[in-house]
Amino acid sequence: MKKLINSVDSVVTDALRGIAAAHPSLRVDIENKVVFRADAPRPGKVGLVSGGGSGHEPLHGGFVGYGMLDAACPGEIFTSPVPDQLIEATKGVDGGAGVLHIVKNYTGDVLNFEMAAELSGDEGVEVATVLVNDDVAVQDSLYTAGRRGTGATLFVEKIAGALAETGAPLAEVARVAREVNERSRSFGVALTPCTVPAAGKPTFELGDTEIELGIGIHGEPGRTRAPMREAREIVRTAMDAIDADLPLSGETLVMVNGMGGTPLIELYIVFAEVEAYLREKGATAVRSLVGNYVTSLDMQGFSVTTCSLTGELTRLWDAPVETPALRWGR
Amino acid sequence: MNTQFFAAWIEEIAAAVRAQRDHLTQLDAAIGDADHGANLDRGFTAAQEALAGASPQTPGALLVLVGSTLIRKVGGASGPLYGTAFREMGKAFGEAAEISPAELSTGLNAALSGVQRLGAAAEGDKTMVDALAPAAKALAQAVRDGLKPEEALEAAAAAAEQGARATVPLQARKGRASYLGPRSVGHEDPGAASTALLFGALKAAASR
Repeated sequence: MKKLINSVDSVVTDALRGIAAAHPSLRVDIENKVVFRADAPRPGKVGLVSGGGSGHEPLHGGFVGYGMLDAACPGEIFTSPVPDQLIEATKGVDGGAGVLHIVKNYTGDVLNFEMAAELSGDEGVEVATVLVNDDVAVQDSLYTAGRRGTGATLFVEKIAGALAETGAPLAEVARVAREVNERSRSFGVALTPCTVPAAGKPTFELGDTEIELGIGIHGEPGRTRAPMREAREIVRTAMDAIDADLPLSGETLVMVNGMGGTPLIELYIVFAEVEAYLREKGATAVRSLVGNYVTSLDMQGFSVTTCSLTGELTRLWDAPVETPALRWGR
Repeated sequence: MNTQFFAAWIEEIAAAVRAQRDHLTQLDAAIGDADHGANLDRGFTAAQEALAGASPQTPGALLVLVGSTLIRKVGGASGPLYGTAFREMGKAFGEAAEISPAELSTGLNAALSGVQRLGAAAEGDKTMVDALAPAAKALAQAVRDGLKPEEALEAAAAAAEQGARATVPLQARKGRASYLGPRSVGHEDPGAASTALLFGALKAAASR
């Protein structure tokens, strides 16, 4: 294993020191592991808190700032944050209008956020929660932990963050966040596994001519293994899975997301195929993102996330945002 | 079994988790996200530090402190689940200074209920419950049969071990391994494996 780290045990805190030093618009509480907007709490504004395991950068710390999150709580690599961290963040961003927790649907994240919401409520902070579960590779049934939260998390954070910035009440911000999640779907593909620093070796083995279909963002293997094919064919498999679950139509927000180790040129090749697929279905990619946003350490591969837009959602997507990893219009 | 006994149990767990850290992480890498060994090692190390700092006076207070520390330090699903297990057991012990095998059995049942309430897992879902439930049953049976404490703990440890091994052919229906569907078959569940370690440590504490 070759990694740019000082020690396996200090990966998260060393990275937080870098984030603090690089971005004066953020206030980083390194001891409690919380990334705050420097101006939090904002009186009268709903606070947005998200968090999850580390290893998905820029998610979530890179999305803290004007028009998006008020605080982010990074856990250890691929491990959800603990309730203490989340309570610290929740109290720290409450400007009197309540706090929205944006939670990716994983057993650990859900349990830790639930405990934090309950304890913050005891201390007088009103908390609403939105669960993100956009990954169509997992059957949502009694026989699984339910669908995973992946790329749509970014859409939820951006759009709910824009609405919160207008002074909308907590119930409204929570409603739009749920609407974004309901209108979004994702599918992921891996060309290689990733290596968790504490494990020291790749999380699974994949031959030179094999890919994993239906992966999540934690280096876990996918639903099936398939032979390597042209980008066009791989994209078709991913988009067919999305379209079968929620037929693609109309104005669509599309993200082609790199898993951390994928060259940007390949992501653009993927985007071209995604755009062509949408046109074939009568849908239009009216807004897009191409790049590394919701990653899985050094994994090569991509995920594609679609969101069927409404006028309101498009306006909120276009609203100004100023965070380390997403900024426009301001 | 007094406070000292339960402190010895936590020491044995911390040592066993440290020794098996890489093994647990590799089990997790196969069907999860490769962090189980590192997380439990961090949690039980913190629990030992907390005990050294606070010196709780009863078995109940000791286990509640261990549980709270795990919730605060571990993260993931295993932090709240193991934390709740220890807290529920501790609360069931109340203020008692000495715990009989029958009381331990009651505490273990409380731990199991707490884990199932939080994680909603049943036996056969390929989770820690597959080791915890058989261990609780074996201990209850041993108490009914009037076995000596060491024999009762031996029976619980054997049942947990067997329960963990029996997760290999199961398809996961809860937790991160459930995302793999049928591909989760053929691997031992890391949570069941670490639960078996906890019962092995209980047996070791009794034979000190």
